Amino acid sequence: MSNALARDYRIDAETIRRTSAAGLGDAEWYKSPIPRKQLKELMQRRDGPAIRDTILWFALLIGSGVGGFLTFGTWWAVPCFFVYGVLYGGSTDSRWHECGHRTAFKTTWMNDWLYALASFMVFREPTLWRWSHTRHHTDTIIVGRDPEIGAMRPPDIAGMLLNVFALKSTWVSLQGVLRHAAGRVNETEATFLPESERPKVYRTARIWLAIYAATIALAIGTGSLLPLLYVGLPTLYGGWFVIFVGLTQHAGLAEDVLDHRLNARTVYMNPVIRFLYWNMNYHVEHHMFPMVPFYSLPKLHEAMKADCPPPYPSILAAYREIIPTLIRQLKDPTYFVVRPLPAGAKPFSAYAPFAEEGSMVKT
Amino acid sequence: MSEGWVEACGADEIEVEDVRPFDHGGRSYALYRTGSGEYFASDGMCTHEAADLTEGFVIGSVIECPRHNGRFDIRTGKALAAPVCVDLVTYPVKVEDGRVWVKIGG
Repeated sequence: MSNALARDYRIDAETIRRTSAAGLGDAEWYKSPIPRKQLKELMQRRDGPAIRDTILWFALLIGSGVGGFLTFGTWWAVPCFFVYGVLYGGSTDSRWHECGHRTAFKTTWMNDWLYALASFMVFREPTLWRWSHTRHHTDTIIVGRDPEIGAMRPPDIAGMLLNVFALKSTWVSLQGVLRHAAGRVNETEATFLPESERPKVYRTARIWLAIYAATIALAIGTGSLLPLLYVGLPTLYGGWFVIFVGLTQHAGLAEDVLDHRLNARTVYMNPVIRFLYWNMNYHVEHHMFPMVPFYSLPKLHEAMKADCPPPYPSILAAYREIIPTLIRQLKDPTYFVVRPLPAGAKPFSAYAPFAEEGSMVKT
Repeated sequence: MSEGWVEACGADEIEVEDVRPFDHGGRSYALYRTGSGEYFASDGMCTHEAADLTEGFVIGSVIECPRHNGRFDIRTGKALAAPVCVDLVTYPVKVEDGRVWVKIGG
């Protein structure tokens, strides 16, 4: 469906130049005032919380995996693989994310090791996505620069539904892995991936293809689906968790603003989901201060909430806003949710907020 | 100032395992005190996307950029972890009579 007001989300050398000229690229973002001493305390790294969570995470993965093996062929296998899938294809996203920032553990090799493993499990090439996510933090929801905008205007509802089983995201990633295994990057990747990093991308893509080829060969050789239920397919059947919590981060909010209070959500979630999600429900806080590790985000939230829009009390509350907004954006892509700043909060960036209308509209 | 040495600040104005800014001649510098109490200096901006390193986090003898968590060795300026790839320019530092001096020119 064509829409004259649809925004153009392509990223290439021209969009980078245009957004830079507009003052939106690599810009100065708003930061809530937090004393340096307090921020230093919040940034302190520890190994303990992430080691504890990782041991529990592996125990649950192994437990549900063994349960699925022992009950395979019965209905009891369904809940076992459901849990395995949520852990493998869902919660791994947060492990990938936090270790990508190198904030989960104090010890660098622990971050890098879990990042490599989690990247494989969620099927995101580690080097490529580190640079992609770097851009997401530099230019959060800046159209023409941010490669990780999940809900465009108008939204791709079919794509979102496909991603309930990670089908669209996996298809895009698979094309990338094949492209990189052949030693090539595309135009968008070339805008954020330095030449010096590309050999690593190519090498990893070839290793991954070899692992998946071996897994498929094992499934064929044994005449059983089981190998693929443990490696590969859980990225798909557990992928719903990624979009379920991930959409709450930015969907329906403003684009092209230099203030994370206006383009990200903080949503209160229960302890189980916060374990699976490693506190990324404090998303305004994470974007404004990405050096603060996941286990300190609740304290950071307390420190800055007086300067932020009210948090959403639940996932349900967030979706009560997101779903009608996405539906309305199907017909009116200029519509978005304006987050209210509390009385007394510092104003957002002086750079013309909400200036995106008309700036990059398809003609 | 002699032989390019510039007086920057008092030694006790930088906490252990911390960083503070120093501006001179229209340029910004970062002054560090490592976890072991040694002093170092570098350019103030990250070589990746010009974020202000003095808002970063010092871990032992490593400075972590506040924007993307890229890391440099404070002692040598060496880029340690993506997304930083280009080393940081460092400057000699000395502490005399409780004052920190940085050799910027000369």
